[in-house]
Amino acid sequence: MAINKNSTGYTFLFSILMVIIVGSALAFTALSLKDRQDANAADKKMIDILGAIGVEANRSNASELFAEFVVERVAIDLNGQQLTATTEPVNPKDKEDPFTIDVQKDYRAAVKSAVKAADGDSDKLNEALVDKGLRFPLFECRSQDGKTLYVIPVVGSGLWGPIWGYVALEDDMTTIYGANFDHKTETPGLGAEIKETFFTEKFKGKQLNKGASTLFSVVKGGAPTDEYSVDGITGGTITSKGVDEMINRTLAVYLGYFESKTKAQR
Amino acid sequence: MSTDTKSATTKKESLFSKKNRKLLSDPLDDSNPITVQVLGICSALAITVQLQQAVIMSLSVLFVMIGGNVIISLLRNMIPDRIRIIVQLVVVASLVIIVDQVLKAFQPDISEKLSVFVGLIITNCIIMGRLEAFALGNKPGPSFLDAIGNAMGYAWILLAVSVVREVFGSGAISLPGMGQVKFLPTDWFMSEGGFYENNNLMILPPMALVTVGIIIWIQRSRNKALIEEN
Amino acid sequence: MEYISIFVKGIFIENMIFAYFLGMCSYLAVSKTVKTANGLGLAVIFVLGITVPINYLLENYVLKEGALSWLDPSYSEVDLSFLSFIMFIAVIASMVQLVEMIVEKFAPALYGALGIFLPLIAVNCSILGGALFMQDRQYPGIGEATVFGLGSGVGWWIAIVAIAAIREKIRYSHVPAPLKGLGITFIITGLMGIAFMSFMGIEI
Repeated sequence: MAINKNSTGYTFLFSILMVIIVGSALAFTALSLKDRQDANAADKKMIDILGAIGVEANRSNASELFAEFVVERVAIDLNGQQLTATTEPVNPKDKEDPFTIDVQKDYRAAVKSAVKAADGDSDKLNEALVDKGLRFPLFECRSQDGKTLYVIPVVGSGLWGPIWGYVALEDDMTTIYGANFDHKTETPGLGAEIKETFFTEKFKGKQLNKGASTLFSVVKGGAPTDEYSVDGITGGTITSKGVDEMINRTLAVYLGYFESKTKAQR
Repeated sequence: MSTDTKSATTKKESLFSKKNRKLLSDPLDDSNPITVQVLGICSALAITVQLQQAVIMSLSVLFVMIGGNVIISLLRNMIPDRIRIIVQLVVVASLVIIVDQVLKAFQPDISEKLSVFVGLIITNCIIMGRLEAFALGNKPGPSFLDAIGNAMGYAWILLAVSVVREVFGSGAISLPGMGQVKFLPTDWFMSEGGFYENNNLMILPPMALVTVGIIIWIQRSRNKALIEEN
Repeated sequence: MEYISIFVKGIFIENMIFAYFLGMCSYLAVSKTVKTANGLGLAVIFVLGITVPINYLLENYVLKEGALSWLDPSYSEVDLSFLSFIMFIAVIASMVQLVEMIVEKFAPALYGALGIFLPLIAVNCSILGGALFMQDRQYPGIGEATVFGLGSGVGWWIAIVAIAAIREKIRYSHVPAPLKGLGITFIITGLMGIAFMSFMGIEI
């Protein structure tokens, strides 16, 4: 080759060209595919919410079924006060729509560090979160047999990374109708089992202990359980504890809302 | 991608020569990337808990290795020596990101399974190692074969380790598209009142190291030429 | 206090080798003697201590969603996080090369000790792992990120020096011939990993 490929000028030229080509190729793919990716993410969220109330959806019929079964979407604040409520069709672009509240992002950005600092003290946790402007979504659904159900998204930390899920409550706002969980990087065969049906089945029909300090517990694998607790995953203790923590922390926020709603119903 | 098929066809007469066949078969045993070249261990440990994950990882590595090897081999006369490592890393990383983005848009379910492994593919030293050792000094045709050979050599160790770990750790085998298949009757398991308890230790990463160690033992007992001095 | 806790965690509880099994390739390949293992270990501490804070700045002022708003408030919607892999790896590779050149010019003695290991480090998974953990854990400031980088580096250094010392001794033992070298190293590392699992989940 005529050009000296080890000269400084050539090296610079080569790196600049490479950065331009690679950068534009990546930016082009990312931008041109973004809409499809967002649509996929919205579909996935709908499938998960529907899964918690026992409706099996797939990507092709998710938005239809969501419109059919989810009657109202509500956003509340940390004290359980209702902020917004809508029955309009989902608009993934509208930031005010409770459907677009990204609870996982809120957890990463604000809640995770506050939970760690509070170390189990719920007053301290509330104090840390009070001026963060957090919004909590609630999905009011109609079950296949016509009952009213409430679906609440929960987010927490497992052993290796984030875990999340949806808990569905019956119209008495105390009985758990169903739940589903997912995780990013838990140990397959141990912590990762939280997403399996044998684990989520255990939640069905359990109660929230509204008078007590802990609403609900996931006990260590194999320990005896009562109506307010389920059996954790054997060998996945830290992940099970994460499920326990996220359910207690998140559902506590909604109690105030449920209380005012029950009063209004009477 | 059209360039690599073209360069492969122009060399058709020599593509299956003895030398080229060796490129495919050597990495399976004599110069296996994991047990002999000591490359790509990190991912071998992280994803061998279930067979299904190992299959997905092997396929992604196969794809990225072919792409990376062919691209670097086409560029080999243009890359300045001083920044060659950066160039290799950038090529591999952008290939992986593009694949990930495209899957996210068109095959969201596969992408969900793959997402955790994306970082692992980039840091997989097999890819970098083969780019540096082979693709930089060889034509695209042989580089293509070298990529397939090494990816296969990597894959069979991954599959073997994951079968051992899943069978003893979960008492089941997970096949892509079929879910986990338990081959022991369910009522044999301790949790159902039976006598059999899964060995949870097999699921934890340290046992992957021990399993690979035992595979090396078996391989080197058969192939004495690989035995080290000390 | 926070700094000490992050540092100790990086060394023992979240050890790069024994808890996450990152950087295994060079760990297995360069642990035949304590002297070279020590050199590589020090180089890893050095590079992790430099690249983690740089990647921290990159993550928080360029890549993260809304990170560009210091340039202009209208950029607060820009999310470049899809570029994070490639940016981190580019920073690591170029820092390694830069460090190599500087050390060669100004500290020839240090270069003699570390020089041959520096190119190996760009492809060491533990370095990219360090950057990704930093991104994942969202440290509040650059101080914490630096301490985390140094702690992980020290943890890696301890691991490789320990296995190298064991390998030096094991030469005098009667290991079955096919297991000699790589095989027994794998198995010993597995056993050391099981020992380090006892630190798992400890909170400090």
